[in-house]
Amino acid sequence: MEYLIGIQGPDFVLVAADNVAASSIIQMKQDQDKMFKLSDKILLLCVGEAGDTVQFAEYIQKNIQLYKMRNEHSLQQRYGNDLFPTPYHVNLLLAGFDETDGPGLYFMDYLSALAKAPFAAHGYGAYLTLSILDRYYRPDLTRDEAVELLKKCIEELNKRLIINLPSFSVRLIDKDGIHDLEKLVPVGAK
Amino acid sequence: MSYDRAITVFSPDGHLFQVEYAQEAVKKGSTAVGVRGKKIVVLGVEKKSIAKLQDDRTVRKICALDDNVFLAFAGLTADARVVVNRARVECQSHRLTVEDPVTVEYITRFISSIKQRYTQSNGRRPFGISSLIVGFDFDGTPHLYQTEPSGTYHAWKANAIGRSAKTVREFLEKHYKEEDMESDTEVIKLAIRALLEVVQSGGKNIELAIMKQDESMKILDQEEIKKYVTAIENEKEEAEKKKKT
Repeated sequence: MEYLIGIQGPDFVLVAADNVAASSIIQMKQDQDKMFKLSDKILLLCVGEAGDTVQFAEYIQKNIQLYKMRNEHSLQQRYGNDLFPTPYHVNLLLAGFDETDGPGLYFMDYLSALAKAPFAAHGYGAYLTLSILDRYYRPDLTRDEAVELLKKCIEELNKRLIINLPSFSVRLIDKDGIHDLEKLVPVGAK
Repeated sequence: MSYDRAITVFSPDGHLFQVEYAQEAVKKGSTAVGVRGKKIVVLGVEKKSIAKLQDDRTVRKICALDDNVFLAFAGLTADARVVVNRARVECQSHRLTVEDPVTVEYITRFISSIKQRYTQSNGRRPFGISSLIVGFDFDGTPHLYQTEPSGTYHAWKANAIGRSAKTVREFLEKHYKEEDMESDTEVIKLAIRALLEVVQSGGKNIELAIMKQDESMKILDQEEIKKYVTAIENEKEEAEKKKKT
């Protein structure tokens, strides 16, 4: 039921994640932040087995900090991918802005399959929204257009998913770092 | 085969010679000086003159352990690398489990325990380094600690290790003034003046790192060091002139 989405533009990456932390059929928390800051310009979005997500994300976070301490500069984005199967049942989106490579979005699943993609999503919602992204995505989207595209995806989730996701955290990464955008609260399905 | 034999054993008169020899190794290392101010901590090291063809970025004697703590050492560089690496991992491990940055005392205690363990283990020799560890705790208090090959650590207001440490320490004892420690510039100047006592050819061979409260470590570049050195030399001249009149 959890949902992650990322959209890459020419000089930014837009990401959003739902805010529900559930235990079986109960919503335990409606303001859970599923994005983890790995560095000033890299975000890790993490969903999956409860507990595994936070443990894995924090472990990666601290290891990247350790790399920075040892090597006096931050890890480049494309090396921020942990590429061997772990016992952690987590699905990830890694989004960031690199000085040399520009914006980047990487999709990784719990079997450590890795793909760099212009847009990506995780969760049941992905089945509904990937086709919308296929139809409307352009590599030269402006930031506003990307947010509109994101809104289209979230409206679709609201229309077709049996479980309502009440709100989504949205962030944008560009050369100036990570920016918090307004939370998206979809209006009730018609 | 005989790796299970301890190297550090007591002598008949109660000395641990390996530890004392390690301390000798430290005395041969290039000088490092540390001063703790009210809102700033400073570490200065003597930069050994390097070969023309060598890249001097690879010879770093001042290492950041975390955003709030850094360290300078005197002695065997390779040994220091091992200790610094362990300390860096521990800083992050601490943040992961306790969700707080380490206090300067905690990481000093951690480093000292490692050093002590190596004076009591099979087949291992003590680390040949003394270190000066400085930083700020998360409540904003500054600290300066010194560790030794034996595994002891003490807190200091200002200290020196390595070659001619005694001379530098005496200089610090003579010139350390509590009121001066309020001013960041005075703290930096004290560290530089102390190093200038023993470093040949002045400012060129000094590397200085400072950390102000709530900021990360900054390594001063040669221009800034030159500015302080000139200021110090001017002050010296003024003092001499006054004496003569």
